[in-house]
Amino acid sequence: MSTTDEYDLECIGVSKNFSSVRAVDDVSFTIPKGSFFSILGPSGCGKTTLMRMIAGFETPDSGDIRIKGNSVLNTPPNKRNVKMVFQHLALFPMMNVYENIAYGLKCIGTDKATIESKVRDVLERISLPDVAMREIHQLSGGQKQRIAIARCMVLNPDVLLLDEPLGALDLKLREAMKIELKLLQHQFNTTFIYITHDQSEALVMSDHVAIMNEGRFEQIGRPEELYHQPATAFVAGFVGDSNRWSGVVASADAQTLEVTTQAGLTLRCVQQAGRALSAGQAAEVFVRPEFIRAERAGADLAEQGDQNGLDGTVDSVLFNGANSRVLVRGPSGELIEADVVVTGGQGDLRGGDKVRLSWPIAQSMCFAG
Amino acid sequence: MRKTMKITGVLAAMMLTTASFAQAETLRLLTWGFYAPEELIQKFEARYPDIKVEVTFSNNEEMIAKLRATGGAGFDLAQPSHDRIYAAQLEYDIYKPLDLSKIDTSVMEPSLLDGVKANTTIDGEVYAVPHQWGTSGLMTNKALAPDVKRWSDLCDPKYKGKTSMRLKRTILLGTAFAMGVNPFEAYSDLDKYQQILDQVAEKLIACKSNIKAYWKGGDDLSAMMLSGEIVASETWDSTAYKLYDQNKDIVFVPPETGALAWIDTFALPRKGKADDAAYKWINFVLEPENVSIMSASTGAIAAVKGGLDLLPPDKKAAVNAAFTPADIANLKFFANIPPGVEDMEGKTLEKIKAATGN
Amino acid sequence: MQSDIKRLSLILLFAPFALWIFLLIIVPHAGMVVLSLREKVAPRVYEYGLGNYIDFINEPIYWNTLLRTGSMSILVTFLALIIGFPIAYYIAKIAGKRSRGALFLLCLIPLWVSDLIRAFGWILLLRETGVVSSFLLWTGAINQPIEFLYNDVTVIVGLVYTVILFMIVPLVSTLDGMDDAMVEAGYNLGGNGFTVLRRIIVPYAMPGIVSGCIVVFMLTAGSYLTPILLGGKNSSWFTEQIYDQFITRFNWESGAAFGFLLLAFTSLVVWLGLKLTGQTLANTVAKS
Repeated sequence: MSTTDEYDLECIGVSKNFSSVRAVDDVSFTIPKGSFFSILGPSGCGKTTLMRMIAGFETPDSGDIRIKGNSVLNTPPNKRNVKMVFQHLALFPMMNVYENIAYGLKCIGTDKATIESKVRDVLERISLPDVAMREIHQLSGGQKQRIAIARCMVLNPDVLLLDEPLGALDLKLREAMKIELKLLQHQFNTTFIYITHDQSEALVMSDHVAIMNEGRFEQIGRPEELYHQPATAFVAGFVGDSNRWSGVVASADAQTLEVTTQAGLTLRCVQQAGRALSAGQAAEVFVRPEFIRAERAGADLAEQGDQNGLDGTVDSVLFNGANSRVLVRGPSGELIEADVVVTGGQGDLRGGDKVRLSWPIAQSMCFAG
Repeated sequence: MRKTMKITGVLAAMMLTTASFAQAETLRLLTWGFYAPEELIQKFEARYPDIKVEVTFSNNEEMIAKLRATGGAGFDLAQPSHDRIYAAQLEYDIYKPLDLSKIDTSVMEPSLLDGVKANTTIDGEVYAVPHQWGTSGLMTNKALAPDVKRWSDLCDPKYKGKTSMRLKRTILLGTAFAMGVNPFEAYSDLDKYQQILDQVAEKLIACKSNIKAYWKGGDDLSAMMLSGEIVASETWDSTAYKLYDQNKDIVFVPPETGALAWIDTFALPRKGKADDAAYKWINFVLEPENVSIMSASTGAIAAVKGGLDLLPPDKKAAVNAAFTPADIANLKFFANIPPGVEDMEGKTLEKIKAATGN
Repeated sequence: MQSDIKRLSLILLFAPFALWIFLLIIVPHAGMVVLSLREKVAPRVYEYGLGNYIDFINEPIYWNTLLRTGSMSILVTFLALIIGFPIAYYIAKIAGKRSRGALFLLCLIPLWVSDLIRAFGWILLLRETGVVSSFLLWTGAINQPIEFLYNDVTVIVGLVYTVILFMIVPLVSTLDGMDDAMVEAGYNLGGNGFTVLRRIIVPYAMPGIVSGCIVVFMLTAGSYLTPILLGGKNSSWFTEQIYDQFITRFNWESGAAFGFLLLAFTSLVVWLGLKLTGQTLANTVAKS
């Protein structure tokens, strides 16, 4: 067994131009067997083009796409063992559920008895054993979703592509389907490639996530890596919420650096291996709200050496249960978000309160601006 | 009660206004294409400023169909051919008798006038007077088909694929004459007429392979003839005269058995509203200088004394090239069509059309 | 009060449709039926009876012409579908947004001129001394002029040309509603071009196909000028038969019977067509 066989899908230096626009720019990645892989990026970042190239609807201008170790560049879409769940599912409205699922099997010439048992089997597995004879318009949104997946999975694909299939669902169903998709992926043990612009879908379901921007992959990693150790300013800003300042590095040594923001604040960061900054460079600083502590001013504030600190006034309190936040107007007039606990008691922060914000310098993420 | 009065008042006012509009009388003509040249209409309207002329172009069959649909309303003067009045009047009652005292019949060619009168008198009342007459016969390109003289020459294998005819009653009658029978004499005995039609049908079905296409109107006939796609055809004389203008080789040939002559007439629709205007129009177009204008447009000869001389010079030349006095004497005027004959002829024509020739 | 206004506006909205149906469809047809049941026994004397229909059955020329008209109309419909479908697919799915309007307009152009002019156009092109024949002569492809006119092929070509738009329009509007992803899904799941066409595109377009076919068939069977002007010595069309009965033979009674028979016959063909292809009007035309 050669090493490449361990990957269900490999893309090597794939690029695609549409006239003068570079939609996909030298993208390379590998996806191990049986994993749930998401490609996350803002709309127009090239993720759909990338997926269409994998499915065979577009041809890359350069680079190679391999499935189970074999290049598929010269394989037409109907011969690739890559199946796709479309954004609007593209179930065939003139066929009933059974015919929709049987369509692919008929195309490859499966005999009738086998088709019947396979369809019944896949319907069992998606827990919809009784809908075979229903028409598509009689199904609920979630059922349609599952039928669309079953229609692909009955063909035992090497890779299943999902193109934002949850986009059309309402919020509650979407939350439920996230979990269900993950379970289905485990059950079928097939590689899923999931395309989305919704970071919570990607983070919740995936084993690995690729962040895509302007045709390039910014970072590939496990969801928590992307969140806590973003490799680029784009990833830091795109994944999760964060407060953001831009400024210039005032001083730097091997461990820490100081950034002076445009408004004159001084923020300290820890140097990151591989992308150390030096004095004079433009820099961007990101701080996640959950690491910022907000305390009423006047309390005993022992300024520790490894903390950043700011004074401000509470602009408003955004109550959302366990995810409540406070908006603080900082010394230079900018709004800073910080997580707070709102207990409903006397100690809670209120609008107009003077507060001191502080966070460990290790939680200031600095990138070259 | 007051309301009713009001409405009556309004109605009365409306009727008055309509009446005042009607002062400018409208003469609604139902006639053939070319039978109402713009020049004559303007001249007529100049002489009678309170009469406005409206023209509807049609043909014999449509004239009858139109008048039948309304029981003779919608038009004030119609111009069907002389043989199409008697039966139509008997069957559908669409015309009213003429008041001959209002028409200057003295200028009309007496033989034609008497003929039309004889054809269209019902219960002692005369329903039509002649206007223009012409013939149906053969047209040939002398350079390409010099010896076309009989109706049956259209079926001469020499001209295979180069002749044409209109699949209407004219060719049925012509073929009957060519076979040596006078179909008009058989009108009184319809069984005999049916026998003649059957023989005619046989002839024309056999002839089908010789025909390039059945023409449907003057335009397609002219185009085929001028382009040389056909060399001889059954035709209206006026169409042939027009082509003679453009190609002196194309002449009208009265068939040996005699050209079939028709006379277009003046007849008053039963529910016509402007009889006086109609009589004015009739007398107006019979005036010699107007006859010339009319004949220049129609290509047909006016049924007035010396009508031939009133033709414009080019038309006169074409007629002289076509007719000898003997031909004129040999004209066969269409006889009145008795009820039922149209149906018999229609069936025969259908049979010919449906027969598979080559 | 509110509901009264609602009802009134409903009646007002419905009135033109009802009037149209009643005055222009039901009344004339009822009149036709009554007229068709009258038999002429003598001038101005009529009796009621089925004589006109019996005449039709007894005269092979009539029902042969009707069958001929029917079968040629079916052929024209079929050809219009075969030719129109790719055009409609191109307009709806492949052409860019801007060229789409232009293409649609191009298809409409034949409708800007009258039937008569269109037929004369064909005559100019196809006659023995016409454009096509002369061009072929000039190129040396033929050595004597050919007459393309006056045969059934010309009639069919002329009719297809005249009616194809009525096939394209409903096809474009149904195909337009088809998500491109549907076709891609068809390929993605392993179908080849033919499978995708047969199992996905055609079934999806079925409402448009059915309504297009019905309109085209009815128009063709009821057309008059094109078959008359382009047709040859033997080519009769049933509408010509009706015209002859009404106009040349003054036989309105049998003309009415023929008109009614044409209506019944074309309706029967449409009904049979729906039955044979397993479609229903509710499923197709009502949806397109």
